[in-house]
Amino acid sequence: MAAPAQNRPGAVPDEAREPPPPPRGPLAWLRRNLFATAPSTVATLAAGVALGWLLPRAADWLFLRAVYAPDYEACRALDYRAACWGFVAEKHRLILFGRYPWAEQWRPLLATLLFVAALAASAHPRAWRRWLLPAWAPLLAAFFLLLRGGVAGLSPVDPSAWGGLPLTIVLTAVVVAASIPMGIVLALGRRSRMPLVRGLATLYIELVRGVPLITVLFVASFLFPLLLPQGLRLDALARVAIGMTFFQAAYMAEVVRGGLQALPRGQGEAAEALGLGWWRAQRRVILPQALVLVIPSFVNSLLSTFLDTSLVTVVSLYDLTGSLRLALGDPQWRNFFLEGYLFVAAIYFASSFGMSRYSHWLERHLGRWARA
Amino acid sequence: MNKWFGRYHVLRDIDLTVDRGERIVVCGPSGSGKSTLIRCVNRLEEHQEGTVIVDGVELTGDRRSVERIRREVGMVFQQFNLFPHLTVLENVALGPVEVLKVPRAEAETRARVQLDRVRVGDQAKKFPGQLSGGQQQRVAIARALCMQPRIMLFDEPTSALDPEMVKEVLDAMLDLAGQGMTMLVVTHEMGFARSVADRVIFMDQGRIVEQNAPREFFAHPENERTRDFLAKVLPR
Repeated sequence: MAAPAQNRPGAVPDEAREPPPPPRGPLAWLRRNLFATAPSTVATLAAGVALGWLLPRAADWLFLRAVYAPDYEACRALDYRAACWGFVAEKHRLILFGRYPWAEQWRPLLATLLFVAALAASAHPRAWRRWLLPAWAPLLAAFFLLLRGGVAGLSPVDPSAWGGLPLTIVLTAVVVAASIPMGIVLALGRRSRMPLVRGLATLYIELVRGVPLITVLFVASFLFPLLLPQGLRLDALARVAIGMTFFQAAYMAEVVRGGLQALPRGQGEAAEALGLGWWRAQRRVILPQALVLVIPSFVNSLLSTFLDTSLVTVVSLYDLTGSLRLALGDPQWRNFFLEGYLFVAAIYFASSFGMSRYSHWLERHLGRWARA
Repeated sequence: MNKWFGRYHVLRDIDLTVDRGERIVVCGPSGSGKSTLIRCVNRLEEHQEGTVIVDGVELTGDRRSVERIRREVGMVFQQFNLFPHLTVLENVALGPVEVLKVPRAEAETRARVQLDRVRVGDQAKKFPGQLSGGQQQRVAIARALCMQPRIMLFDEPTSALDPEMVKEVLDAMLDLAGQGMTMLVVTHEMGFARSVADRVIFMDQGRIVEQNAPREFFAHPENERTRDFLAKVLPR
C-alpha cells in the first residue's frame, strides 16, 4: 500500500482549498430557513395561514378603505369598518404640540428640529470631545428661549402650555443626560470602601427604587413647592424634570454598577500597580470599559424613560400621550381613539426603534476592541 | 511580617531582605503564599503585622507613601491585565502621562523605546486583543518598565502562556536582569531560576522554608519539603 500523501517526502501541498459552495437561490433559502424540519414546516404553514388571513384584512382596514381627509361625515359613514385617519389629519397639530398657541407652533417645531439635529450630530463618538458638553449649553438655552418667548419679539408662552412631542423629547433628553452622571457617582459611591459613602449611596438607591414613578411625580409637583424657600418658584416642568432625574439616577446607578462588577479585578489592580490614583484609574481604565459594556442596559433605561414621560399627564402636563387625550376630548371625534393611539404609538415606535438601532451601532463601533 | 486573609494565616513570620540589583526567584506549591508575598510589596495586599520597607520607605496605609512606592515598583501579572480599550502604545504611555505628568508626545516616544526593547515595537497601533499571549505579556513588561521603576515584580508571568511563547517572555526578562534591575519573580520556570537568580526562595504554607543561591538550592536542597517539591517540578 502506498504511503499516505503527507508522508511522501516534499509532497505536502500548501494551498488551502475553498469550501464547497453552499446551495444558492431562493428555493434553497426557503428549504433551509422555513422548511428544514417537520416542526419548522408546521410552524411555517401555520404562520402562513395566520398571516394570510390577517394581513389583507389589516391592510384593508388600515389603508385601503380608510378615510384620509378630515371629513367627519365620511368617517361616520365608515361605521368602523375602516380607519378614520381624518381624525389625525384634523387634530395632528393638537396632538403634536399640545396647548401651545396655534399661531406660534412654528416655534416648538423649529426647536424640536434643531434639538433632534443636534442629537444626531452628537451621536457619533467622533464628536465626543471636550467642547461637546459646553456646546450644548447654548443649544438648550436657545431651545428654551424659543419655546418660552418673551425675547426677540417672540410672545411669551407659559411652560404649562408646552406640550406634545417637544415636551416628550426635551424631558427625556434632560432626564437621561442628568441622570447618567448622577448614576455613575452613585454607583462608584456604592462600591466605595468608605462606610459612610457606601451607606448613603445604598440608602438612596434602595429608597428611590422602592417608590413608583407616579409617586415621585406627585411629590415633585405638589410637595416640592412647599419645601422651597419663600419666593423661589420652579415651574411645573422643572419640578417634574428634577423628580424624574432623581428617580432615573437610582436605576442608572445599578446599571453602571453591573458594568463595574463585570470588569475583571486585574484591570483595577494593573491600574493601581502603575500608580494611578483612584479617580484617574476610574476615568481612564475602569469607566471607559464598564460603560461600553452596559450600553444595552443604558439604552433600555433611555427607552423606558422616553415612554415613562407619558406619566406626566397625572400632574397636568401634556406630553404626546396627554395631548392625544386632549384631542380626544372633542366629542365629535371621540370615537376614533384607536386611530389616535395608533398614530401616537407609531411615533413612539419609530423613535424607540431609531434609538435601538443607534445603540446597536454604538455597541459595534465602541466595542471594536472587545471583538478583536 | 504576617498576613491573614480573614482568619486564614497566609504569610507566617516572613523575614526577607532583598538588596538592590538582586534577582530573587520565589517558588513553591500553589497556596504557599508566594503571590501574596510579592503583592504585599506594592500594597495590592495589606499586611496586618510587621513592617514592609521598600526602597527605604515604610509601606503603611498612608495613601501618599503607597503611591510613591508604586511609582518605584513595577508589576507584571500572570493574566497580563493590559487595558483592552487602549492601543498597545496607549497602554504603555498611560502610566507616564497620568502619573508622572509627562507630556503625551514624550510619553509616546518613551513608550516606543520600551516596546522596541521587548521587541514588539511593530505592534504599537494594535489593540491587545489582536496580539498573541507572548506579545501581550511583553507589552505588559514594557508598560511596567516605562515608569522607570527600581524594582520589578513578576507574578507567574509565563504561567498563562502557550509553551512556544514562554521563551520570548523569559528572554525579555533575561535582558532586564542583565541590565541590573532588582527583580522578584514568582515562577515555575526552574531553568530561568538556574540561569538568572541570585537567590532562590522556596515557600510552603506561608513560610519561607529555604533560600539559597541556585547552585546549592538545586543540587543540595536541605529541607525535605524542598526536596519533595523539586522532585515534582524538575524534569527527570
